[in-house]
Amino acid sequence: MAALLVSCDRDGNKDQAAGDGQPVTEGQVVEHYAKLVSATYGDALSRAREMQEDIETFLSGPTAELLEKARDSWTAARIPYLQTEVFRFYEGPIDDEDGPEGLLNAWPMDEAYIDYVEGDASAGVINNATDYPEINAKLIESLNEKDGEANISCGYHAIEFLLWGQDLSADGPGSRPHTDYSTGENAERRSEYLRAVTGFLVAKLEEVEAEWAPGKDNYRSGFLELPSRDAVEKIMTGMSMLSGFEMASERLNVAYDTKAQEDEHSCFSDTTHNDMIYDLTGIANVWSGSYGDLSGPGLEVVAGQIAPELAASLGAKIKASVEASKAIPVPFDQAILGEDDAPGRRAILTTIESLEDQAELLVAMGKEMGFGVPISEGEE
Amino acid sequence: MISAGRWILYSWAWFATILQLPGDDRLSGGETTVFVTNDKAFARPLANIGRLTRRQHTVGNSFFNQNWVAAPASTTARDGLGYLFNARSCSACHVRDGRGSPPVSGEDALGLVIRLSVPGRLATGGPVPDPAYGLQLSERALPGVKPEGHVRVSYREEKGSYGDGSSFSLRKPTYEVVELAAGPLHPDIRFSPRVAPAVHGLGLLAAVEEEELRRREDPGDLDGDGISGRMNRVWDYEAEKVIAGRFGWKGNQPSLRQQTAGAFVGDLGITSPLFPGENHTDIYAKLHGFENLPASEQPELDGKILQRVTTYLETLAPPARRLVDDPVVRRGQNLFSRMKCASCHTPEMRTGEFHEVAELRNQTIRPYTDLLLHDMGEELSDGREDFMASGREWRTPPLWGIGLQERVNGHTTLLHDGRARDLAEAILWHGGEGRTAREAFRKAPLEERSALLSFLQSL
Repeated sequence: MAALLVSCDRDGNKDQAAGDGQPVTEGQVVEHYAKLVSATYGDALSRAREMQEDIETFLSGPTAELLEKARDSWTAARIPYLQTEVFRFYEGPIDDEDGPEGLLNAWPMDEAYIDYVEGDASAGVINNATDYPEINAKLIESLNEKDGEANISCGYHAIEFLLWGQDLSADGPGSRPHTDYSTGENAERRSEYLRAVTGFLVAKLEEVEAEWAPGKDNYRSGFLELPSRDAVEKIMTGMSMLSGFEMASERLNVAYDTKAQEDEHSCFSDTTHNDMIYDLTGIANVWSGSYGDLSGPGLEVVAGQIAPELAASLGAKIKASVEASKAIPVPFDQAILGEDDAPGRRAILTTIESLEDQAELLVAMGKEMGFGVPISEGEE
Repeated sequence: MISAGRWILYSWAWFATILQLPGDDRLSGGETTVFVTNDKAFARPLANIGRLTRRQHTVGNSFFNQNWVAAPASTTARDGLGYLFNARSCSACHVRDGRGSPPVSGEDALGLVIRLSVPGRLATGGPVPDPAYGLQLSERALPGVKPEGHVRVSYREEKGSYGDGSSFSLRKPTYEVVELAAGPLHPDIRFSPRVAPAVHGLGLLAAVEEEELRRREDPGDLDGDGISGRMNRVWDYEAEKVIAGRFGWKGNQPSLRQQTAGAFVGDLGITSPLFPGENHTDIYAKLHGFENLPASEQPELDGKILQRVTTYLETLAPPARRLVDDPVVRRGQNLFSRMKCASCHTPEMRTGEFHEVAELRNQTIRPYTDLLLHDMGEELSDGREDFMASGREWRTPPLWGIGLQERVNGHTTLLHDGRARDLAEAILWHGGEGRTAREAFRKAPLEERSALLSFLQSL
């Protein structure tokens, strides 16, 4: 009976505008979601372009200061990108069949695939002019995940490694010298690699951004033509997969369990805390409908109309997860170490548990809405 | 008009379907069954998995899927590959937790390994390694080290015909090992090609009590049905005694933990607390001038990760059957029993109440295996003894999920060396104790053969 009423409401309200006491419709929530996605990818793209400029400036005259500036702009570029990760997992432009997700954010990576590492000065594509005489974007794309998932040649983490180098210290990030790009062995090839891989990242982001831009015949226009409940299912799928599968399991639990630095997401720059916080902020954005200056009806509105109590618990949990992630001590690769009652490990476990709760609440909410929400790979 | 009795029967069937009560044929793994038909159909955790188990499953999944690299590397938890190996990751051969296939001509095998031994038995009861090549041919090696050799497989077509006169053709494999890097194999070498089996549902098979398996044994064929069936008895390296073997093509592994550790060292060259010695022989290392890593780097796989990967394998769910009420499938199911396929491919078993993973306990499962060794005749013999198993004996492989194999792995090859190109060929290869069933299939009219195959496709 309840389900019946909801569906009547939905149809009845479909064409009514919000405001002045009229209930917000699912269609309006979906439309606002599209705006939010577009704005977030827009920021991710413009920050990436700023990073590209700073990297170009650094490469044209490498100094320690300019390297630091390029690193800062990498960190800044990650912040909006991380907030787009909640737009994954439903075969949208970022990760449909030919989507670039694996070219943008693949990890963990075997850094020796790209450049020298401690104990092997001649490792990687950069130091192998025989097999790879010319370095360009095409080559880099063709090498990504060739012969193995850890063979990552491009994306944010490849750039991160080229800016920071291996993190070999307990109390700070990697400390690649700027001379790697001037007087170091194969400096020219390394510069070419960094230039090409950065340009490639910007180009891939442009593609995704264009698919969500308003007023075009693109993914967004198709998305807005979907029955609104189907669009809501996609939105929820992104939220639950990121909460359960990606964050709780792959990123937090594996590192928590193995205590291995390689299992932390941004291991070269020691900015894994940002990965946690801003990925979860992305979920909170979709829920509340707010991103930067943008605000409007978020998913919480639809959820509140269908199952008010459950929606309240879910909203509280989403907030709690963001807070829990902020409480994880920095750097993350030290927080995972020690006994289970060490503050870092306690904070991580709290976040894992909060995200598991969150994923389960999203599944329960999906049930109320009449569809199954996956929390791990391969669910149908 | 339907009678009251029928009405009750129909209602019961309807309720059982809706509520998924025991007796629901779809539930391959009882409460653990997952309803998935996509290419991740073998890759899903148990449907009833609890949070803590799921966490361990996830970690194991990470180590099952990712490539291992040579030690020492900065990815310290994932180094230790080689010197000799067949693959860089578990998932390279068990793709999406599914089944491997034999190499196409000219390519190195990935998903099929060659087990080697010479006549005799070790004190454990196990096979004796070739003095230079050990127990398995390694087709890959780290840079600077020569692989032991490469296997080349060729096939000869052998024609046969069904009872209705229509013909079929089976391909009989011949193996050749080329580029042997330590001279010829032992003159009396035993040689067994084996494809990587699918790994879903294994925890449930582990959770079946030994007593339940023993009950089905009939080594002397006392019931005179032409089918004997006996458990392999193999060495448990941790308990240091002989116990029932139930995993592997010859049932030569007693537990998933030992199976996993064995695969790590045998297939990837990664040592573990269970198998601390590398997979190459001293003769081979001396000949090619490489030395074992210092003891400080051993074992390469720590006990905790071994446990996580084991848990991962224990908690991969069997997928639900499809089309169970389709009349053709139903007919095929009846034929499966009538043709005596079900005598070894046991449709139903129950797991015990003691397995460490609580989710696996007390489940009615439909694996279509009895986990016992059966004589499969000269047709399928590899001529290599493996603990109690003779060259002609193979452990009944489970059939659950077999209808989804093409979806998951993109091929339909079957049997221990992938010689069968589809289900019908796999049946037609059966010999020995499987001969009666094979002949029943071969002589059956087309309509019955298709029904049987439809049933198998529904698994």
